[in-house]
Amino acid sequence: MRPPPLLEVDGLTMRFGGLSAVSDLSFSAGQGEITAVIGPNGAGKTTLFNCITGFYRPQVGRLSLHHPDGAALRLERMADHVIARKARVARTFQNIRLFPKMSVLENLIVAQHRVLMAASVFSLAGLLGLGRYRRAERAAIDLARHWLDRTGLTAFADVEAGSLPYGHQRRLEIARAMCTRPLLLCLDEPAAGLNPRESGDLNHLLQGIRDEEKIGLLLIEHDMSVVMGISDRVVVLDHGSLIAEGSPAEVRGNPAVIRAYLGEPDEPAAVLGGEG
Amino acid sequence: MEYFFQQVINGLTLGAIYGLIALGYTMVYGIIGMINFAHGEIYMLGAFISLVAFLVFSSISGGSVALALLAALLVTMVFTALWGWVVERMAYRPLRGAPRLAPLISAIGVSILLQNFVQIAQGARVKPLPPVIQGGVTLDLGAAFSLSISWLQIVIFVLTLTLMAGFTWMIARTSLGRAQRATEQDMKMAALLGVNVDRVVSATFVIGAALAGVAGMMVTLYYGVIDFYIGFLAGIKAFTAAVLGGIGSLPGAMLGGLLIGLTESLWSAYFSIQYKDVATFAILVGVLLFRPSGLLGRPDVEKV
Repeated sequence: MRPPPLLEVDGLTMRFGGLSAVSDLSFSAGQGEITAVIGPNGAGKTTLFNCITGFYRPQVGRLSLHHPDGAALRLERMADHVIARKARVARTFQNIRLFPKMSVLENLIVAQHRVLMAASVFSLAGLLGLGRYRRAERAAIDLARHWLDRTGLTAFADVEAGSLPYGHQRRLEIARAMCTRPLLLCLDEPAAGLNPRESGDLNHLLQGIRDEEKIGLLLIEHDMSVVMGISDRVVVLDHGSLIAEGSPAEVRGNPAVIRAYLGEPDEPAAVLGGEG
Repeated sequence: MEYFFQQVINGLTLGAIYGLIALGYTMVYGIIGMINFAHGEIYMLGAFISLVAFLVFSSISGGSVALALLAALLVTMVFTALWGWVVERMAYRPLRGAPRLAPLISAIGVSILLQNFVQIAQGARVKPLPPVIQGGVTLDLGAAFSLSISWLQIVIFVLTLTLMAGFTWMIARTSLGRAQRATEQDMKMAALLGVNVDRVVSATFVIGAALAGVAGMMVTLYYGVIDFYIGFLAGIKAFTAAVLGGIGSLPGAMLGGLLIGLTESLWSAYFSIQYKDVATFAILVGVLLFRPSGLLGRPDVEKV
């Protein structure tokens, strides 16, 4: 029997008043895969992310995260900090949300708060300088250093995060998410505002995370070169519903996807003859 | 000149106490953006708890004043911390995410509740405590120039400075302190990284209340009289100190406290003792009008 996929979204519906931002959405995202979620503006992509990470509580549906040890966690029932801690889901934002007044290194250490808090018995051991806490702190710094290396930010470790250049902030946000040791990493438009070279670096970074950490990545992206270049599967949303799902090549040729992006053509032939 | 320096010493002692209370205001403001107007009452509770605890401990400690004071200090910190936790849990947490006015009104309600509770439980008359720590040192600095500093002033000063230093270290270096700063900058994001934000906010209230409790005990020892109403004025003055230093800024709260203490004692010395509160609150008005971000605060950027 095949193991269940990492994330299973089943019949998810999220309404705001009379408006359904997401309606009856079902798909899954696998471990060790990059799953891209695409769709026009207002398709419900960010709402989906907000449901997965506990910002919103969906009215209907199930969000199951299957851990490698067989445990299945129901994300829609958990508080946001529990989702991060127990379910091990991490997230980055379209408009970067670092802690701007803390140093780059501190941003990465805060992400390991739960480990440090447990080791310090709520700061008591930290205040007393006990060995267990010191070891945990050293391990936290080592992990932070590892991700600083991976994202090329080692030279900036002591810089205030808010004063980093834009592209660096994007990478730092990914590094911080990885410091929580997630099983599922949700990235909301990580390539937005990056130049082509930075965008290429980002592709390498994300592929590296997939191949070496063997975690699942869920990716909202408008930049088609990123989507087509690195994703293993693509999920297409429009008006809150799933309209296509498959490999990048399959999705690219799907008429429903083309219609969603380009609008209803005056003459059907215009689409059939055009490029995707 | 001698008179001036004497007043400076008195002012700094008073200011250190205001600074301790102001830390609680500024921390809570920093982390959840509300002015905890019940904070002054926690200080008043600290004064009463320390009085009761000291009387109990001095009757069982067999004459060792230092031991009784130390025990009373610990008991005061524990009980005020507990009060701080309860107030946050009952009166503020249910209103998280409500319009900003709601927790403010709730805070005023808590303040009235605590005042009346103590008035009923302890009586409305002032409670005296005979001087516990007596004597002091006199510094002779040349002809006709000597300063006297009481032991009590030294105790207050050393204790407050130690607490402030420990507290600053905690914020800068410990895991809890880092989580507090992260929560202050972006509460939602901190939660998404696995920080239990509710617990961090609770810890903030608990620490702030314990510091206010210490201030309450110091005032009891310093002035020797307390009543159920002292929390109001001291609370507003500490709030003024926090605003003067820049609300949300921890060094600002300490600096603001010292400046308010100095203002009060120098004003009383050279102008009119009846008008010392007017002088203090004139500073509040002035700061709010001309420099709302305070001495060390950064201009507030509205968070969305």
